[in-house]
Amino acid sequence: MDASVRAREAEKAVSRMEDAEAVLREYNYDKAKLVPILQAVQARYNWLSKELLSYIACALGLPPARVYGVATFYAHFSLKPKGKNIIRLCDGTACHVKGSTAILDALYEKLNIKPDRDSTDDMMFTVETVSCLGACGLAPVMLVNDDVHGQVKPSDIPKIIDDLLAKQGSKTANEVA
Amino acid sequence: MTTPEVKTLTVNGVQVEIHGERNLLEVIRKTGIELPTFCYHSELSVYGACRLCLVEVEKRGIMAACSTPPENGMVIRTDTKQLREIRKINIELLLANHNRECPSCVRSSSCTLQTLARRLGVDTIRYKQRQELEPIDKSSPSLERDPNKCVLCGDCVRVCTEVQGIGAIGFSFRGSKAKVAPAFDKNLAEVECVNCGQCAAVCPTGAIIPHQNREDVWNAIHDPSKIVVAQVAPAVRFALAEFFNQEAGQNAAGKLVAALKKMGFDYVYDTTFTADMTIWEEAEEFLRRVKAGGPFPMFTSCCPGWVKYAEINFPSLAQNLSSCRSPQQMFGATMKEALPDMLGKKREDIVVVSIMPCTAKKYEAGLDKFKVDGNPDVDFVLTTTEIGRMIDSFGIKFNELEQEAFDMPFGFGTGAGVIFGTSGGVMEAALRYAVGKIEGKVPMHGLEFHAVRGSQRFKETSIKAGDAELKIAVVNTLGAAKELAQQAADGKSPYHFIEVMACPGGCVCGGGQPILNDRIKRSRRMEAVYKCDKNMQFKNSLENHMLKDCYEKYLGGQPNSEKAHHLLHTKYENLNGIFDAVEVVEAGKSSRKIAVSVCVTPGKDEKKSAEMLSQILDYADQKGLADKLVVETAFAPSCTKRQAGEVLVGGRFFDGTDLDAVKQGIEEAVAK
Ligand code: SF4
Ligand code: SF4
Ligand code: SF4
Ligand code: FES
Ligand code: FES
Repeated sequence: MDASVRAREAEKAVSRMEDAEAVLREYNYDKAKLVPILQAVQARYNWLSKELLSYIACALGLPPARVYGVATFYAHFSLKPKGKNIIRLCDGTACHVKGSTAILDALYEKLNIKPDRDSTDDMMFTVETVSCLGACGLAPVMLVNDDVHGQVKPSDIPKIIDDLLAKQGSKTANEVA
Repeated sequence: MTTPEVKTLTVNGVQVEIHGERNLLEVIRKTGIELPTFCYHSELSVYGACRLCLVEVEKRGIMAACSTPPENGMVIRTDTKQLREIRKINIELLLANHNRECPSCVRSSSCTLQTLARRLGVDTIRYKQRQELEPIDKSSPSLERDPNKCVLCGDCVRVCTEVQGIGAIGFSFRGSKAKVAPAFDKNLAEVECVNCGQCAAVCPTGAIIPHQNREDVWNAIHDPSKIVVAQVAPAVRFALAEFFNQEAGQNAAGKLVAALKKMGFDYVYDTTFTADMTIWEEAEEFLRRVKAGGPFPMFTSCCPGWVKYAEINFPSLAQNLSSCRSPQQMFGATMKEALPDMLGKKREDIVVVSIMPCTAKKYEAGLDKFKVDGNPDVDFVLTTTEIGRMIDSFGIKFNELEQEAFDMPFGFGTGAGVIFGTSGGVMEAALRYAVGKIEGKVPMHGLEFHAVRGSQRFKETSIKAGDAELKIAVVNTLGAAKELAQQAADGKSPYHFIEVMACPGGCVCGGGQPILNDRIKRSRRMEAVYKCDKNMQFKNSLENHMLKDCYEKYLGGQPNSEKAHHLLHTKYENLNGIFDAVEVVEAGKSSRKIAVSVCVTPGKDEKKSAEMLSQILDYADQKGLADKLVVETAFAPSCTKRQAGEVLVGGRFFDGTDLDAVKQGIEEAVAK
């Protein structure tokens, strides 16, 4: 590897915790603010890795088991990496009755996500099921990042995904796969 | 009216006075009613989750007694049809979620779940048993965790956090997935647990138990080629009788010796002998420091729980810890030096078995630094309860045994050695020796130091010895030790000598003792220690004449001789950084890889760290070593002492100023 690339890589590796440190500084290393700190760190890194949780625990002087406990208690925190785009499919009672399962299948097929996983290999997409989104009138409901899609049919899925990728100027999901 | 009116309440129709009790549970106890509890522990914070201690309070309904403060005029009933039904359902639900293997469970006779099920008359379980079992964590040499027996009472979490100030285990996840586990679901051996076993001592079930070595010891006893030698720690004798349903506070040493002989131990010796030896070494070390003016404070080093805690959290205190091994390890090293010669046997044929109040001693005995060519100085460690079970399984009627004496010469100890079993004892023993020596009082009778006795977590005193004024502190529990250690690490400690024991009250309440969660009975054990000391003929370690012979024959003639140093002292490791956030930068493909980690602290000398990192990567490429290395960054947050740019190569430390040294370190590590 050429030396300048190597140097840049090293700098990147070295600055990986900088954002976390910035958040901690902002909260004055206050243990009582653990939940907002975790929220802010997750917002910057998209998920909470073991390394980030360890780092936060040591910096706050809290037992790592306690930080892990809080991070696993709230469903909001993600301890697995998340894709760039997050699709939340409602599987509440109303949506389930209106066929959310078939939509989930369609998503998995279109995005080529392997069974037992919830993200695409290239980490472009993560699919999650959530309980009632409070929009039962529109069932079945799906959130793509912050956009609400109501009364979704399985056949709508390819277009929704392709449109999104086109908007982001990426390759289509099929090419990605 | 001058006398303030006494507040009262009524329990099952009986009137009781309220005198500052913190909750209904304590008031109700005064009427002779013992409510069932799981999550209440008088020495820990109130949690109020198990809902077993429920009572009915007139006009208020059903409430948890452990978390309700007593009020004047309350009318309480502890046993109604509804309360009975609720408690029973609670126990049934817990049992449905429980891996019920009572006959083979170590806690079979001391399990709260079992006792309550019997007391509440649960004879059928109406709920379906959970199917899948979680794996049992056997990683720790000291403890075994079986999550399938956990009732989530949280006692272990609270004792580890509130009493020990550690928090190695905690609640994680929630709802039906909730569990108690170390961080990131790691094994206990991989986290900051110091093996003290206090979690096992408070666990109401068999979900955390001391690691069992009974089979290992039976095998050694049954092997005719082995000479099996027992050492019995001071604290064991003051608690073992409880295992056989006797009152707390008896000295069972004589009966224990008799039992061990019956079971086939060849020699039964007393760790008190090497407790005296510890004093010879440690008090001399202290006197040397007094002469040299430091380093102070000196910390005692006979509690392996404390030593590991210091190695993890305060590596900079390595110079402050006494270099003395614990009495257990001094005993092992001395036996393996002396017995082959005395008995004409090979080292490997001598099996040293420790009988200890302590789970941390199991960890200590397994450390590589206490082995010679792979053969450990101490082969196996049994806790008090393990030896109790072994005696039981042999069919010995313990309570009816005639007392027997320890074997000589290594079964001889003084009162100073005996008091090692309790908080303050090591300090008092050392002071008897040191002050006696400074002031030239021989024999040193009447030297007692009451200020360091008692179950308080923190004790301090200052003592005049010759011209010197010595400031002394004694702490038990690591929560209490933390402050003093921090003070010392900051260079602000006013003390000369500090004794630390990890367990509340010291070893008599160690994690391997019979389960006993009662403050009064605990203090009985402590009283028994001093009673025994009073009755001893010799009270100062200096007076142990058998020890003198032993030094002459096997330990280079006197304390701190070269041989004594080699066999009886040790060095400490830096175990800091267990939870440093480590990220892999480049990992090679070879199956055996050396970890090279570069310390990075955001905002501090980042340039230096980045340079070091890229130079290491370049070097690995040039030399074709990349496949044999995992190059990582270790992010040390503000609280650790590691500095940006420092490098660890396969555990070896480089301060980051000398790149060539790092390169050479890598080459050497790869070559090995
Ligand atoms: S052995 Fe001690 S340090 Fe380890 S988990 Fe139990 S209480 Fe905590
Ligand atoms: S392991 Fe024991 S003490 Fe800890 S929560 Fe479970 S049952 Fe309670
Ligand atoms: S105080 Fe005693 S029983 Fe407890 S960990 Fe230390 S040496 Fe073991
Ligand atoms: S069930 Fe899907 S929005 Fe309510
Ligand atoms: S003992 Fe009161 S709720 Fe557990």
